[in-house]
Amino acid sequence: MISEGENTRYDLGIIASWIKPESRVLGLGCGEGELLYFLKTKKQVKETGIEIKEERVRTCIEKGLSVLQGDINEEILDYPPDYFDYVILSQTLQQVFEPESLICSMMKIGKQAIVSFPNFCHWRIRMQLLFSGNVPVTKELPYEWYNTPNIRVLSINDFRRFAERLNFRILKEAAIVLRDMNQNGDIVTTYPNLFASYGIFMIAKQKLKKNDEDKGMGNETS
Amino acid sequence: MSEYIEHDRVGKSVGQVEKKLYTFAESSEKMVLENGTHFGPITLAYETCGRLNSDRTNVILVLHALTGDSHMAGVYSEEDAKPGWWDIMIGPGKGMDTDRFFVVCSNIVGGCMGSTGPSSINPETGKPYGMDFPVLTMGDMVRAQKALMDHLGIKKLLSVVGGSVGGMQVLEWCVRYPEMVCSAIPLATTTKHSALAIAFNEVARQAIMADPNWCNGEYYSGKKPDLGLAVARMIGHITYLSDESMRQKFGRRLQDQSDFSYGFKADFQVESYLRYQGSKFVERFDANSFLYITKAADYFDLEQQHGGGSIVQAFSGVLAKFLVVSFTSDWLYPTYQSKTMVKAMKKNGIDVSFCEIEADCGHDAFLLPNERLTRLIRGFLEGVFNDIGR
Repeated sequence: MISEGENTRYDLGIIASWIKPESRVLGLGCGEGELLYFLKTKKQVKETGIEIKEERVRTCIEKGLSVLQGDINEEILDYPPDYFDYVILSQTLQQVFEPESLICSMMKIGKQAIVSFPNFCHWRIRMQLLFSGNVPVTKELPYEWYNTPNIRVLSINDFRRFAERLNFRILKEAAIVLRDMNQNGDIVTTYPNLFASYGIFMIAKQKLKKNDEDKGMGNETS
Repeated sequence: MSEYIEHDRVGKSVGQVEKKLYTFAESSEKMVLENGTHFGPITLAYETCGRLNSDRTNVILVLHALTGDSHMAGVYSEEDAKPGWWDIMIGPGKGMDTDRFFVVCSNIVGGCMGSTGPSSINPETGKPYGMDFPVLTMGDMVRAQKALMDHLGIKKLLSVVGGSVGGMQVLEWCVRYPEMVCSAIPLATTTKHSALAIAFNEVARQAIMADPNWCNGEYYSGKKPDLGLAVARMIGHITYLSDESMRQKFGRRLQDQSDFSYGFKADFQVESYLRYQGSKFVERFDANSFLYITKAADYFDLEQQHGGGSIVQAFSGVLAKFLVVSFTSDWLYPTYQSKTMVKAMKKNGIDVSFCEIEADCGHDAFLLPNERLTRLIRGFLEGVFNDIGR
């Protein structure tokens, strides 16, 4: 796991470990650029971020990152095919209005896409639903139904089925739980759809050229 | 397109600077302008701050807006109350840190601030050029600036920075001399004037040319077309502000009176403000220069001139890394125009950052003190400088 004294979020650390040095990376909804900055400084990637909030965009640019202010659904359309080695959508999928078209756009401009999202079928959520009769509110999903930005409800299994239906290959996946303010966490190998709070997937188009192929399916970290 | 805002001295300053002049394109080697005219000699006024490093990799070229000049920072003398027009951005520890960077600001040919322009003496007649001055393009202005860089022995520009008409020059630099420009910061600018922008310029030019003192541009020995130029400036100032900023700054407040005068003096504060700006402007600017520079801005069309009609094609050879900035209330060069250029850059795989800064002061926002813009520019330049180092 990457750390080297950095306080990188555990889930971002896993994503970072999947990315080859000096590759070209696009971060969608990159926030204040935590992951991109790590990748730029530690893995010498050529980074681009897209973020809608001016303040976050400014924070990124002040760090020396290349970031565009705009809507990810629109901004993603302007790049040449396969321009990026990796297109990352971290913890944002659940807020996307049209996930299918966005992920298809990601696969168009990127050789690989990395998607992470909260698992809505975590056992705590299931229990809340069953016993309280209310729509669940958890640490990972702390909103009420009337103020949540999370409009897409999916589980780790759902994403697998989605990838299969759209004919994407899953190159890597990790089911995790986070602790210590997200700084640490664990890989969940037993019943991940029940016990993991987050899923992270790396997907690619079905037919890859041999030299682009990333071996080691199913390995979470190196 | 504005321009030029006077500030009081703030913070650390680069101190005393001087206006320098460089003359080239003399009789045997005149410059061939885009309209085909052979023109020369050309003098450019410029200013430098900071120190050139030994490998000459720390040069920032600053390009000013329509009515600006080479005096970007510092003061000409200790008695000077007002520093250069971008003193808030350029200086020790400022957005463009003169402790690290060698910052050069070049005036434009066609202007009236020390460079050759319509008010200069035509060596062939011994009289001011007036309307005999050739109609120039942004490309001509930038080629003249290139001659200045050659003269200074500068082969690489760490960054080229400018707003408005200065931003057009920035874009022209990146397209014409791609191998020379490492990065660029076009602020509040466009790849071509909209009909709205041309319309405002045309009304401003008509105001000058309708002034009986204009005399087809031959007014240098008599009365100047001050009224026309003042009206032109008033029109400009409307475009540099915004509905919001005018509401905040003036509203419908009256000037030094509690009721209407029921006449045509300046009742409203906004009228008084525009009249003041107009009358102040005629003291420092030449009406013919205003005509020539606004025309060059209207002619500027990056996609036609460099892309055969395609904006994507226009950026195809460009190598610079970009920071494009627009301002929410800029209605002269609205954000969609910046987004158009950003889109074309992306399609070419150019490394570009874009930020639309929330500001209610309109087009002139890039010239006003704005810590957000300062930090953006500082961070971006730092990143570029580090990238080159590694």
